[in-house]
Amino acid sequence: MNRQPKAIVLGVSTGGWQALNRTIPELPEHFPVPLITVQHMASSSDNILVKTLDQASHLTVKEADEKETLNKGTVYIAPANYHLMVEKNMTLSLSTGQPVNFSRPSIDVLFETAADAFGASLIGVLLTGASKDGSLGMLRIKNRGGLTIVQDPKTAAAPLMPQSAIDLIEADYVTGLDELANLLVELTC
Amino acid sequence: MNKVENGNHLTVDEIEIKLLLDAIFLKYGYDFRNYSRASIKRRITQHKTIAGYQKLSDLQHQILVEEPAFRKLLHDLSVNVTEMFRDPLFYKKFRTDIVPILQTYPFVRLWVAGCSTGEEVYSLAIILYEEGLRERCQIYATDLNESVLKRAKTGIFPISKIKEYTTNYIQAGGSEQFSDYYTARYDSAIMKKFLKDKIVFSSHNLAIDGVFNEMQVVTCRNVMIYFNRKLQNRVVTLFRDSLCTGGFLCLGKKETMKFLSCEKDFIEIADQERIYRKHKS
Repeated sequence: MNRQPKAIVLGVSTGGWQALNRTIPELPEHFPVPLITVQHMASSSDNILVKTLDQASHLTVKEADEKETLNKGTVYIAPANYHLMVEKNMTLSLSTGQPVNFSRPSIDVLFETAADAFGASLIGVLLTGASKDGSLGMLRIKNRGGLTIVQDPKTAAAPLMPQSAIDLIEADYVTGLDELANLLVELTC
Repeated sequence: MNKVENGNHLTVDEIEIKLLLDAIFLKYGYDFRNYSRASIKRRITQHKTIAGYQKLSDLQHQILVEEPAFRKLLHDLSVNVTEMFRDPLFYKKFRTDIVPILQTYPFVRLWVAGCSTGEEVYSLAIILYEEGLRERCQIYATDLNESVLKRAKTGIFPISKIKEYTTNYIQAGGSEQFSDYYTARYDSAIMKKFLKDKIVFSSHNLAIDGVFNEMQVVTCRNVMIYFNRKLQNRVVTLFRDSLCTGGFLCLGKKETMKFLSCEKDFIEIADQERIYRKHKS
């Protein structure tokens, strides 16, 4: 990627909060892009997890609001029970449409809309999960010229999700969680 | 002729979506031009694939010359995923904070805008019945989509959903037997007639239609998230003009009046449940 990406999208499922808690707090205060996240979660979960992650991080971590404008150095987490989508004008949209891959929010929905909105100026990150959600989204990101990073399934709490993506696309980076924050900094700062 | 520089850099896909939405508006009057693009594009693309069109331009031509093809597309353009007592804490708040004020009115009109297949309409009807308001209320349930309205009118829901709805009902503060409100037939639950009697189902398009009565309550939950700011402003203005002074506006859990043109005309009375009250202008 030869120019600054407009955003990073990140999808994670089983083992997700541990993975996010190991990665997000490592990102520096002046992280120059927004990071938009889908974490599959139980429908009734409150945002205590979001608040905990926010307190542990240099960046602002918040639940995504509809029509919210994306800001650099902010981490947006999809609310339970809504799909999260990215618009070309750098805002977020929500939807209560049917679950995709049995999930709402779905990683594919976020990734595909972000790929359409940002094309080559996008980084997609797919981490641990016991689901195939996210693979088609990574394919779309790749086809639109974006950069793809997949967690090394050997290091994942649940390997199915990263493995499904690796089976479908040739990822630009396959990495362990320990190196992820550094890699994101290198690619963006 | 001068060539006009296009600063928007629209992709071919985006241009075709725009042309399709223009075509729908020009031919049928349904206005999806101010819907959030990412979502509408996703639904159009899905419809294209499922209905077997090669190109968006094929779809555009077909819906222009064949109304049934348009009706099928229309059905897929609106999101019709709903449940009874969705977000139970909202309904609980409705019961504790709104109902006592409604009880001071001689007659109460409620408008459920964007009612889809009707699950939330029947939920409201149950609460009004339990709170003794049934005899002096009228619920108007509207949607732009005629086929979901037809289903809403029947009041028939899959029996497989009833367990979830019963849990929601209890969480929403319901204390009666939920099974008293429906008749089970094979794999369906049919809502009882005394609930239906107080509901008028009717076609109304928030993007183009206007005020039709003065309301004490408007609920419009998880509908405006599909609209862009311009259309959201139109719709909340319509709600403000429909509500009596002191009337209530109920939005979805992730919807807010913040940054909308009518924000100043409302007071937020329940921030988690997104309930607003129109104050004196």
